[in-house]
Amino acid sequence: MLRFTLSRLLLIVPTFIGITLIAFVFIRMLPGDPVLLMAGERGVSPERHAELMAQFGFDKPMWRQYVDYIGQLLQGNFGFSFSTKQPVLTEFMARFPATLELALCAIVLATVLGVSAGILAAVKRGSWIDQATMSAALVGYSMPIFWWALLLIILFSTTLGWTPVSGRISLTQFFPRVTGFMLIDSLLSGRPGAFRSALHHLILPTIVLATIPLAVIARQTRSAMLEVLGEVYMMTARSKGLSPSRVIGLHALRNALIPVVTTIGLQVSVLMGGAILTETIFSWPGIGKWMIDSISRRDYQVVQGGLLLIAAMVMVVNLTVDLLYGLVNPRVRHK
Amino acid sequence: MTLPTPDPASDPAVDPASGTIKLDAGPAMQPVSPLVENWHYFTRSRGAVLGLGVFMAMVAIAVLAPWIAPHDPAVQYRDALLVPPAWTENGRAAFLLGTDAVGRDILSRMMHGARFSLLIGLVVVTIALASGILVGLIAGYVGGKTDALIMRVMDIILAFPSLLLALVLVAILGPGLFNAMLAISLVLQPHFARLTRGAVLAEKNREYVTAASVAGAGHLRLMLVTILPNCLAPLIVQATLSFSSAILDAAALGFLGMGAQPPIPEWGTMLAEAREFISSAWWVVTMPGLAILATVLSINLIGDGLRDTLDPKLKRS
Repeated sequence: MLRFTLSRLLLIVPTFIGITLIAFVFIRMLPGDPVLLMAGERGVSPERHAELMAQFGFDKPMWRQYVDYIGQLLQGNFGFSFSTKQPVLTEFMARFPATLELALCAIVLATVLGVSAGILAAVKRGSWIDQATMSAALVGYSMPIFWWALLLIILFSTTLGWTPVSGRISLTQFFPRVTGFMLIDSLLSGRPGAFRSALHHLILPTIVLATIPLAVIARQTRSAMLEVLGEVYMMTARSKGLSPSRVIGLHALRNALIPVVTTIGLQVSVLMGGAILTETIFSWPGIGKWMIDSISRRDYQVVQGGLLLIAAMVMVVNLTVDLLYGLVNPRVRHK
Repeated sequence: MTLPTPDPASDPAVDPASGTIKLDAGPAMQPVSPLVENWHYFTRSRGAVLGLGVFMAMVAIAVLAPWIAPHDPAVQYRDALLVPPAWTENGRAAFLLGTDAVGRDILSRMMHGARFSLLIGLVVVTIALASGILVGLIAGYVGGKTDALIMRVMDIILAFPSLLLALVLVAILGPGLFNAMLAISLVLQPHFARLTRGAVLAEKNREYVTAASVAGAGHLRLMLVTILPNCLAPLIVQATLSFSSAILDAAALGFLGMGAQPPIPEWGTMLAEAREFISSAWWVVTMPGLAILATVLSINLIGDGLRDTLDPKLKRS
């Protein structure tokens, strides 16, 4: 296991360097002069221009700029937001819990519903349940989630008035931020209705963000279950006289879930992409909306830092899933 | 243990009168052409056929849009702002699916939008497929350091959430339909490169490749003529699925204001323009998304059907 872990760790080093290279090149590939870009409409005097070029190191050779950039990264400096003057890392950290809370709720919803639907479809293979589940999964998988979000808002917010349209919590609720997770903080505050408000704000974005992972997980679980159900050891388990629920719940599920774990891990990247759309539509103050706002404000240091942090995060999650996979499936790590 | 004895009377190859075997029994066993065989398996899936039907209809609408659309997609009927669909109370027969905030006919815009979405899918898949095959072929065929380098670059591209990377690329290139297509192609390309490389690695040590090499085939011929055709099945499936993701991603970029720019009737861009009417005019929001969903769904149905047809493991099971 140690060797497996080390080999995986070694493999991500070049990828990580590549990610920093992309983030580094990004700012320098933008058309136009970097200092003029930052100065925006106001313009800048030639002296101040030279001064700023030197300050940001744009006058040095490329390789030197890259080395400096890596040095800054290692010190935890991801640049500064041009519009708020705040460090990018601080801004990221302030918004990350919002995205994490949403993404966690979405992945839990997608996993619970997706795995159950997949098992049900596999066990009832060919029945109307199977066909209905898989048709629904295909629709979910093909769903333009930004449109889906608008439809849900039309139905549940504007027509039925059940859920709020945007934000994380009602504006009338004030309580101290402890963990950054609205569900936990609202409970800790002890204010009446706070938790309810947080929950109501969370429902629609969670459904929207969970839609595609849910469909993918359901399809993957079904095909993994079908594969396992055909194995010889399943026949053995059945011929031993075990009850069907035990055969499926214990013997089949355990083995079928191995590839499903990987699928769930791969959804992290999908979730981050989905978070951009979901957060924009629901005005959810997370990193997806932050990235979109920064791109439209041309706050490129934020875009650069955010790009790097998001990619690094996705990479770490995928590595963890990889290692978990090796842990539950010995065949992989002894390859 | 006894083997079951065949019943001569039920065997068409046996002459029931004499009990001898007929030499001209039944249709001759000619090999079926692969195209016919695959079509046979493809049509066994009702979903795939349905998908193909819807997709062909979309293509027909896209091609014929200028002739069959009831109105010009850009004309603003000032006396018909936000007219609801024809079947509702205040609807007008002239505007079947209603009009948008500046009085443009939604049905006509959707028909013209089909041209953009299908064009996006076609261009993106062509670029991603061609470049992915090229890169994957080189990586798999050459191997060694070239392979390692190419595959690391692909890993790096795949490390970013695709929509985010496409957004950032569009930020560099500038918003617009063409740049959005380029960005999405780049994001989808690694999937093709990986698939091609994997297939090439599996094929390149087979005997037929060695035979061709011994017969004097050059590297280019080996790569493109000998190996590539045997790697196509997974690539066709991936191309189909990428076609639908390209349409979805382009619509998402359009929705975020980074793709096709108004007044182009691209479906995602139409949705972005419609957002503010979410509580007052549901039809402006509903219709373009329905078109995206129908198109993407039909292509995914085709993709699923193709995978079941072309994947020998699943075939006949």
